[in-house]
Amino acid sequence: MEAAVFISSLVDCCALIFLSVYLIITLSDLECDYINARACCSKLNKWVIPEMIAQALATVLMLVSMHWFVFLLNLPVASWNVYRYVKVPMGNMGVYDPTEIHNRGQLKSHMKEAMIKLGFHLLCFFIYLYSMILALIND
Amino acid sequence: MSTQGNANPNSSVNNYSMSSTQNGGGAAPCQNGPGQMYPAMYTASSYYSSAPPAAYPTVAGHSAPPTGKTPVSSTGYSGNYYQSSSGLSPYPAPGTHQYSNAPGQSFQQTAPYAMPAGYYGQVYSHPSQGQTQPQPQQLQPNLMPASSGSNLGAPLYPIVSYPSAPGSSQYGTLRSSQTTAGQPPVSTVMPPPPTQSSLQQYSQGIGATPTPAQPGYGAPPLSQAATVNGQSNAVQQHYDQNLHNPMSHHYAAGPPNSQGPDKERPPSGTPGTSVHSSPQHHPDLAAPPAGVPAKQAPPFGYNYPTMHPAYQQNPAPKPNPSPSHGGYNPPGYQPYSQPFPSLSELSSALGGLGGVSELEAETLRPVNLLQERNILPPKRAPPPEPNLSNDLRKVNCSPDTFRCTLTNIPQTQALLNKARLPLGLLLHPFRDLTQLPVITSNTIVRCRSCRTYINPFVSFLDQRRWKCNLCYRVNDVPDEFMYNPVTRSYGEPHKRPEVQNSTVEFIASSDYMLRPPQPAVYLFLLDVSHNAVESGYLNVFCQSLLDNLEKLPGDTRTHIGFVTFDSTVHFYNLQEGLSQPQMLVVSDIDDVFIPTHDSLLVNLKESKELVKDLLNALPGMFTHTRETQSALGPALQAAYKLMSPTGGRVTVFQTQLPTLGAGLLQSREDPNLRSSTKNVLHLGPATDFYKKLALDCSGQQIGVDLFLLSSQYSDLASLACVSKYSAGSVFYYPSFHHIHNTAQKQKFQKDLQRYLTRKIGFEAVMRIRCTKGLSIHTFHGNFFVRSTDLLSLANVNPDSGFAVQMSIEESLADTSLACFQAALLYTSSKGKRRIRVHTLCLPVVSQLSEVFAGADIQAISCLLANMAIDRSISSSLSDARDALVNAVVDCLTAYRANGSNIQPSGLIAPAALRLFPLYVLALLKQKALRTGTSTRLDERVFSMCELKSQPLQQIMRMVHPDLYRIDNMTEQAALHLNDSVIPQPPLLQLTAEKLTREGAFLLDCGSVMYLWVGKCCNETFIRDVLGFQNYASLPSNMTEIPELQTTYSERTRAFISWLLESRTFLPAFHVVKDDASTKTSFFQHLVEDRTESAFSYYEFLLHIQQQMSK
Repeated sequence: MEAAVFISSLVDCCALIFLSVYLIITLSDLECDYINARACCSKLNKWVIPEMIAQALATVLMLVSMHWFVFLLNLPVASWNVYRYVKVPMGNMGVYDPTEIHNRGQLKSHMKEAMIKLGFHLLCFFIYLYSMILALIND
Repeated sequence: MSTQGNANPNSSVNNYSMSSTQNGGGAAPCQNGPGQMYPAMYTASSYYSSAPPAAYPTVAGHSAPPTGKTPVSSTGYSGNYYQSSSGLSPYPAPGTHQYSNAPGQSFQQTAPYAMPAGYYGQVYSHPSQGQTQPQPQQLQPNLMPASSGSNLGAPLYPIVSYPSAPGSSQYGTLRSSQTTAGQPPVSTVMPPPPTQSSLQQYSQGIGATPTPAQPGYGAPPLSQAATVNGQSNAVQQHYDQNLHNPMSHHYAAGPPNSQGPDKERPPSGTPGTSVHSSPQHHPDLAAPPAGVPAKQAPPFGYNYPTMHPAYQQNPAPKPNPSPSHGGYNPPGYQPYSQPFPSLSELSSALGGLGGVSELEAETLRPVNLLQERNILPPKRAPPPEPNLSNDLRKVNCSPDTFRCTLTNIPQTQALLNKARLPLGLLLHPFRDLTQLPVITSNTIVRCRSCRTYINPFVSFLDQRRWKCNLCYRVNDVPDEFMYNPVTRSYGEPHKRPEVQNSTVEFIASSDYMLRPPQPAVYLFLLDVSHNAVESGYLNVFCQSLLDNLEKLPGDTRTHIGFVTFDSTVHFYNLQEGLSQPQMLVVSDIDDVFIPTHDSLLVNLKESKELVKDLLNALPGMFTHTRETQSALGPALQAAYKLMSPTGGRVTVFQTQLPTLGAGLLQSREDPNLRSSTKNVLHLGPATDFYKKLALDCSGQQIGVDLFLLSSQYSDLASLACVSKYSAGSVFYYPSFHHIHNTAQKQKFQKDLQRYLTRKIGFEAVMRIRCTKGLSIHTFHGNFFVRSTDLLSLANVNPDSGFAVQMSIEESLADTSLACFQAALLYTSSKGKRRIRVHTLCLPVVSQLSEVFAGADIQAISCLLANMAIDRSISSSLSDARDALVNAVVDCLTAYRANGSNIQPSGLIAPAALRLFPLYVLALLKQKALRTGTSTRLDERVFSMCELKSQPLQQIMRMVHPDLYRIDNMTEQAALHLNDSVIPQPPLLQLTAEKLTREGAFLLDCGSVMYLWVGKCCNETFIRDVLGFQNYASLPSNMTEIPELQTTYSERTRAFISWLLESRTFLPAFHVVKDDASTKTSFFQHLVEDRTESAFSYYEFLLHIQQQMSK
């Protein structure tokens, strides 16, 4: 049971890592002017909800399996994801808005956010891996 | 021409492919547009065969490689210019000889300079270059009376009034000679000695004994003399003369000056020779006698690298402001609206050596704001001059076009942070110019790495190489560029018009097109619901369009179309050959479609009769409509579908909230909260529909302009998005009614007149480049930012301004000049692809005090306004207001912390920033940002739109209007323009204290003007100017001044029309009686007064002081 939880978290985490890398690549493409803002934002906005769900899933899994430490680790990120989705102004076209992404250093802050998330997911990945192995051995 | 065309395509094609891979260049007008369907199918040859660059056909032969080149003797004026050199190869030395041993030839040199008229092809009158000769006579009188004492005025005209700075380095020599020869260095601010005598001294100094100048000069070591500022000019000049070096440049430039100021000026355009005089002198300094033949080899800008250090140690003296106004400003009245230099300015300008510190002392002079009551200058203050050398200042971009908030760029971000001032640019790139060099050239010379266009601030390393001033890459000079069509000489790349003017326009080749240039296409989208018909705008619009149909910018390909909408969308088939327009109704608004594809947008020329029929019939067609719904969203979608194959301009007239179909909106305004002092909600759009549509439009090169004529809330915050991101403009006429609101109707008519006939550019992109180390992080204005520095403008119009904020990413310590270049690539209404390039050059400084000294308070206020509006939408209005107050507090605190010798009490600001608190207070009282006063949401949002998209001049008038007393205007200190006398009443502070019941006051707010008539205003004024017997008989809704044949009336009207001269949109005019109900709209502009909810100016200062002491 324990192992199953961690295996599924691990898979989830892998997906999130890939997503973060994808975000970073797309944003740096925009930075280097390889794609235009409109295309970039519509690409990225597609992934906002999946990311939110995946992160929430990991958090809930930890909650139900009562791994409090990992749960508390995941909680801020999950709530941040929800917060930024809810906080999008009505007129904007999503979390990433093509008309604003070049203004006020938004591109940089999005990039920073993606980097931090990547680091966080990598950390989680190893925690899950370790816990999974531990759980498998204990079984 | 064709050989030339064949010689170059390789390089040009290469350039292009580089640009598209590296950073897109300025070339890609529609990457996401349909352009991909027509890649580069338009070859150079086909383009040229249709549009040969006809501007200098004879030139081709000359621009062939030098081997095949016979001497320039082939042209007409070689007779006087290259007389003896006809047998020689003119390249390079012999020509120089000709120059140098003929001092008197400075007159002849004007002849080649007069060529530009022919060269530039376009009929731009260019008083300051081409026609320098008539100019002085015309201009001298204008400046005659300007405010200072008359003994000062007269002898100074030549300095002040001569606006032809591009040509005349004589300024430099004149002024600097004055300072050195005529006067001992003045080290403190003092009134100048009677200038007449100083001028005489000067002419003696030049004419008789040049040597006495030297002692007065002494101070700067000779090694520094290589700077290009006026001082070193003078040194070199004297140097030359002492050596009897037959240097023509200065020699030629010198004598005419000494002729005395009141004599007729020689036609001294001579930019070819004189502009670069000082750099060219540098080699002479090194090896004076041998320098002559070599002189031409190191061309313009050769010394810039060496010049840089000298700059920092020894900035140029205070520019005498007046001459360079002329240099900056295109002809027009603007130069003259600048104040006559004050005594202290003059003395500092004449003070020569002391000039530097004096300038800074002047702009840094601590002002105790709490004590100084009259801080407003008597006339609108001119923008501060960048502290550059004469040569650079002369060619620098006009401040009306391109302005930076800090005219001294701080070296590092840390220094900028210390100053607590925003760094940014304000641009008005497409404004109507009276003078614009247009260049037709096969190869447009650009930097190979950063794609910067060649500009006056690049440096030429030698004949064949130039160094980019933005990225410092060394580039080759192409062969064609070696030929100078202005002087028709070869081997002078540094004298090409591109290198002589900081604002130029290129006719672009097919490399700059992704598809053939589009025709002018206009689509009018008209609301015909009951509400619209009731307001009666349709009649006004149709009449205006009928009147201006011929004047619509365009050529034979111009297309036009009409769509009307209420709860359904109606199209009009105007196909040529129909007997009358055919109306097609599409009632399926959920999935709107185009009924026929080819006949809805028709060629204006072919279907003109049908268009006229339609315009005549339209107002009557819907008079009995009962339809109250409005399906704006579907109509816009239809317009998008209709226009997307070509792109063009969509003009939307809307009179109510859209209530049907996609993009429908709900009323969000709560009238009870209009005057709430708490937060104002709903400043942002309610839906992303209009934004998405605008981005789609922008991708297809469609610009949408919105005219909102509405009496109720129409959610402009959402609707305006459709124009904001498609680079359109927004017009708003609250409570428009053709009968009940004649002032609005007149304003609407005037605006339409301008709107329909103004210049327009299609499928435009603008790129703003800056010196390496600076980067742009935020853009303000109406456009879509497509990539980090590329603005996509579906349409560009001459009335929109832009602002950008910048940060300093790398230290600028290794450079002394920062440059900014805005390049606007657009398709003119005649189907020509053109590039307008503006380049601004500013000095870099390392001291905090210098940063303060160079602060441009008007630009700073405008940029802050833009930032505050962003803030109020993204965060909240109260945040934005706090941020504005904090901006003042921080800046003044930074100044206090920096200043050492400042008395501790009071509220101290540097003189350059003394209007800062006033302007910020005025901003806080703008409709856009005020709280507590009842403001309708739409009006607030419209005011925000205006602040974001208007050019600086317009914003400043709106924020801080000009108040004049006009019932007692006298001829004293009046301007004399042409034949008319224009009185110049002083600017009054915006406080009711300045109003008296006995007077009549004119308040000029940019888009509206009020004439406030006091209760006891003298009856002559009311009778002679307003045409009524007495105050009691004045109607309360007068909207114009009658044309009466009295001097009083003529003088008043002359003054008002002078104020309007540079305006593009004529303001609405209201005569306000003291007791009328409209007077609140007048008094709300008196920003220095206290209102129920806002500080008075003095209270605001105290508030700032309190905040600072926290």
